[in-house]
Amino acid sequence: MDKIIGTLNGINFTIGDTLLELSYLIAALLFVFGLKLLSHPETARRGNLWAAGGMGLAMLTTLLLHKAPNGSGIPLTNVWIILASIGVGSVIGWIVARKIKMTAMPQLVSIYNATGGAASMLVALLEYPNAVAGDVSSILVTVLGLVIGAIAFSGSMIAYGKLDGKVGDIMKPFMTYLNLVLLIITVALTVFIIISPNEPSEMIWAIYTLMALALIYGVMFVMPIGGADMPVVISLLNSLTGIAAAMAGFIYNNEAMILGGILVGAAGMILTMLMCKAMNRSLLNVIIGAFGGGGAAGVGNEHGTIKEIQLSDAAVLLSYSQKIVIIPGYGLAVAQAQHIAHELDTLLEGKGVEVKYAIHPVAGRMPGHMNVLLAEADVPYEKLVEMDDINPDMPNVDVAIVIGANDVVNPAAYDDPSSPIYGMPIIDAHLAKNIIIMKRGMGKGYAGIENFLFFNEKTRMLFGDAKSSITKLVSEIKSM
Amino acid sequence: MEVLKFFFEYKEAIFIIALSIFVGIEVISNVPAVLHTPLMSGANAISGVIIIGGIILVGHADLTKFSLSLVLGILALIFGTLNVVGGFAVTDRMLEMFKKKKK
Repeated sequence: MDKIIGTLNGINFTIGDTLLELSYLIAALLFVFGLKLLSHPETARRGNLWAAGGMGLAMLTTLLLHKAPNGSGIPLTNVWIILASIGVGSVIGWIVARKIKMTAMPQLVSIYNATGGAASMLVALLEYPNAVAGDVSSILVTVLGLVIGAIAFSGSMIAYGKLDGKVGDIMKPFMTYLNLVLLIITVALTVFIIISPNEPSEMIWAIYTLMALALIYGVMFVMPIGGADMPVVISLLNSLTGIAAAMAGFIYNNEAMILGGILVGAAGMILTMLMCKAMNRSLLNVIIGAFGGGGAAGVGNEHGTIKEIQLSDAAVLLSYSQKIVIIPGYGLAVAQAQHIAHELDTLLEGKGVEVKYAIHPVAGRMPGHMNVLLAEADVPYEKLVEMDDINPDMPNVDVAIVIGANDVVNPAAYDDPSSPIYGMPIIDAHLAKNIIIMKRGMGKGYAGIENFLFFNEKTRMLFGDAKSSITKLVSEIKSM
Repeated sequence: MEVLKFFFEYKEAIFIIALSIFVGIEVISNVPAVLHTPLMSGANAISGVIIIGGIILVGHADLTKFSLSLVLGILALIFGTLNVVGGFAVTDRMLEMFKKKKK
């Protein structure tokens, strides 16, 4: 039934082959359009569905039309096995995606990223024995797919563990060197395998060793990276998974895989750069992990006193303000305080107070984390203002409420050149007329540096868990 | 000379890479911060395109004898599906929330 429709370079091609390639082209275009639509709020949801449609199409046509080099299609038994595997993955993936709490979103994204990396690693591992000895370019893409996939896999698992609080930050000075040595060995073995003239079947030991090395490197590379750098690491790992998939795409000469993978790789890189810029650090600096603990910036001299505020005073202050800006941070996510924060802002709006949320690009543990959380609590999209848009307006703000944020409002970024966050763009909470800071205790932020905003004479502290503090504040305002 | 030869031999692949990078950058720049998470998670789902490789691998696997490769291949398929289905589903769920209160 599959008629031969032509001959090119001595190879016959059929209607089925042509349809397959055509479907890959359509899938690739759907990825591009989907991603484009994803970058505008109004069209984002449609974009996601388009990309998903492209993926579904490519999967279906591959299953129906793909042929082995000898021209035989996929046998029916294999089709069933594939469908069963896809079924298992789909059910688990779907249920987890629907059930997971929004605060656990960064963990979930990391897990899914890990599975993508693992899939690339396994595909490359299994395709390696089929490579032809001396065919440098095909061995190159296979080995790169393996290494990058493995790093993305184990790195994402560690990132997941950190986000979930299962794995702590382990940073010893020797680790930088250890990682460097590991990286050099990994690269050396990669090169050795690529240029080796041996049959791939004789190199199986090397490929497994390489995989183990890459897995270890993934662990070691994410291990020392501090919590505040998580948004950078997550988008970097995301980018790596894309590149790994693209490498595997070269193994099969599959344009949909290549284009999809590179697209994600490039997009992830851009996002990584954006996050780095928002923290005023270079990518290298994040990876080497020079952050944390470093600048025990000038303790003492400039310290003022900490002034606490009573709930009733806070309630009065907020009720008679005209303009309030809420600055949320990771503490809000940890305390699950997004819903009660929204109750606070509706309550205040009812009293004629203008309330906005100021969102720092790296607030939280994932790019755009705060936006997702607040959206979950039904905070209208228009109320979320980006840092650059809110800062010029900060001097007109009556009260800035900082909920569980620290480094992103630390004025040391402006005036303390010795501070590790010097030069990082911050939300100018210190310019507001009054500042209320909700915090669990006097602990330092993830950057581990003192925040002089706490000692500012306009600042009042409201200690306690963010959720219970806001709950009390809400009932206090209600009873006024 | 070797480099030039390599370029000529793989010119199509190199074209695709170069243009895809450009497209990726172009598509992402100027994305508002509010969409960073959904965008990342949507892109993450697209990287699950590796599943095509899994389908090809298992599709042409020899089923007459049990092998480690088959098991690993099936594992790759399941992992890939998790990435694709879970990724798109969770992105949709996030975007649904954004939409809800835009009256």
